Amino acid sequence: VSSAVNIPNLVDHFFRHESGRLMAVLTRVFGLHNLELVEDVVQSALLQALESWKFQGVPADPAAWVYRVARNKALDVIRHQAVADKSAPEWLSLHRTTDAIPMDQLFLSSEIADSQLRMMFVCCHPDLPEESQIALTLKTLCGFGVEEIARALLTTDANVKKRITRAKRKFLEQPIEFEVPAGEALKSRLDSVHTVIYLLFNEGYSSSHPHELIRRDLCAEAIRLGLLLHDHPACRNEDTSALLALMLFHAARFDARLDAEGGILLLQEQDRTKWDQELIARGTYYLSESAAGEQITRYQLEAAIAAQHSLAPSFDSTDWQTLLMLYDHLIQMYPSPIYELNHAIVIAMTAGPDAGIDAINAIKELDTLQDYHLLHATLGEFHLQAGRLEKAQACFARAINCTSSHSEKNLLERKLSATRRFV
Amino acid sequence: MSKFIYVFRGGRDPQASPERMQAQMQKWMDWIGRLKQQGRYVAGEPLQPGGKVVNTAKKIITDGPFAEGKEIVAGFFIIEAETLDEATAMSKDCPIFESGGSVEIRAIQVINP
Repeated sequence: VSSAVNIPNLVDHFFRHESGRLMAVLTRVFGLHNLELVEDVVQSALLQALESWKFQGVPADPAAWVYRVARNKALDVIRHQAVADKSAPEWLSLHRTTDAIPMDQLFLSSEIADSQLRMMFVCCHPDLPEESQIALTLKTLCGFGVEEIARALLTTDANVKKRITRAKRKFLEQPIEFEVPAGEALKSRLDSVHTVIYLLFNEGYSSSHPHELIRRDLCAEAIRLGLLLHDHPACRNEDTSALLALMLFHAARFDARLDAEGGILLLQEQDRTKWDQELIARGTYYLSESAAGEQITRYQLEAAIAAQHSLAPSFDSTDWQTLLMLYDHLIQMYPSPIYELNHAIVIAMTAGPDAGIDAINAIKELDTLQDYHLLHATLGEFHLQAGRLEKAQACFARAINCTSSHSEKNLLERKLSATRRFV
Repeated sequence: MSKFIYVFRGGRDPQASPERMQAQMQKWMDWIGRLKQQGRYVAGEPLQPGGKVVNTAKKIITDGPFAEGKEIVAGFFIIEAETLDEATAMSKDCPIFESGGSVEIRAIQVINP
């Protein structure tokens, strides 16, 4: 009886990740211009798995089961020649010579990873608008449904569909190779892939996002794609490693960022024993790997900044001087009002709140931050530290008006009431 | 204990996202797991979506009354229970109800020669 109780379990996000793998493998078979057909085949393979396993239980090797079904469905399509007239040369050469053998090879794990990598470069193709890149990445590589993408990107289903359709139309209009670019092209195309991974992670990390679970999902997916990229020697440059390090350092703090009621905890309030030391160790590994390169890049500097925070045993022992230096570097190389705002916070930590306010006032494009709640929250904090309670109150009130996030409003209300306690 | 059959109808969502499939699967695994733990689950099989219905009186073969999604028999379980009432009670947790499907519960006839 005991063996009958033993039920194989599915790993978390099994369907989602297999969807991503199958999309990549079958796009290699049918070509990018047949993306809709590929979606149909993948959906039908996954549905068949669900409908069978509901009644029979999950097989011992569920992934192999799904691949077999997907492969058979793909061969059916080929036999019916439904796409024969429109097929890509690659597709033809694969199946003209022999029947099932090349197709089976595509389901070997190394080939699956290779197909996913190709898909990554296609989803992040610079000819696609950035919003289409992100939506398409979530749809095809991460296996998100339209509704889930809309919730993740805080937009409507219709918008997501539009973004994906735009990408598919592009694939029909203009032949885009389903491949990992080589040579000179690789560097710039890799930059686009890094950007999309970075944006995905940010989308998840941003505390203005209302759904904690979705946020974690997005961050986990970004890290997964980063690892996939890193596994491929040609795609493993200093930015790939630095980006991974950056994401791992931030992800390590996930559990400590919220209190029991889901309220936001600031860096100095977080229980550092809740930081995930394993992720920090892995982040440190990738950061040192990245440092082997000759030039210093934006991701390296951002990762180094995150490392400073992650490795400090307490808030008070944070190495502000090193942080100051890193931000100086960063702003010199990549001027950005957001970096400058963070820089001002570090300045205030070393030279006092008024120096922080001066630094904020010196931000070149300060007007672009006028609706950014963290600008006003930071100013409020500085005024509070300097004992100017009324100014602090005004700043916090303005910050509250600038954010629609419930948990951020709560945090700011907490700050605001702290100022009232002194008055 | 006697054997009973659960006939599952409908409950398919062709548009389900992978994550929704995962959630559905998890519920079925939990339910099958509980039935197995109680020593009640004997076997189960899915059925292919299509089929034929043969009406000998009119000598007509049709694709059957399968067109309506909620009417399609999706699969069956054989389970063990003391009585039909108990078998019925045991089906109450079936996840198919959450996706608009239904379960028909029948006792398997045992003929003792």
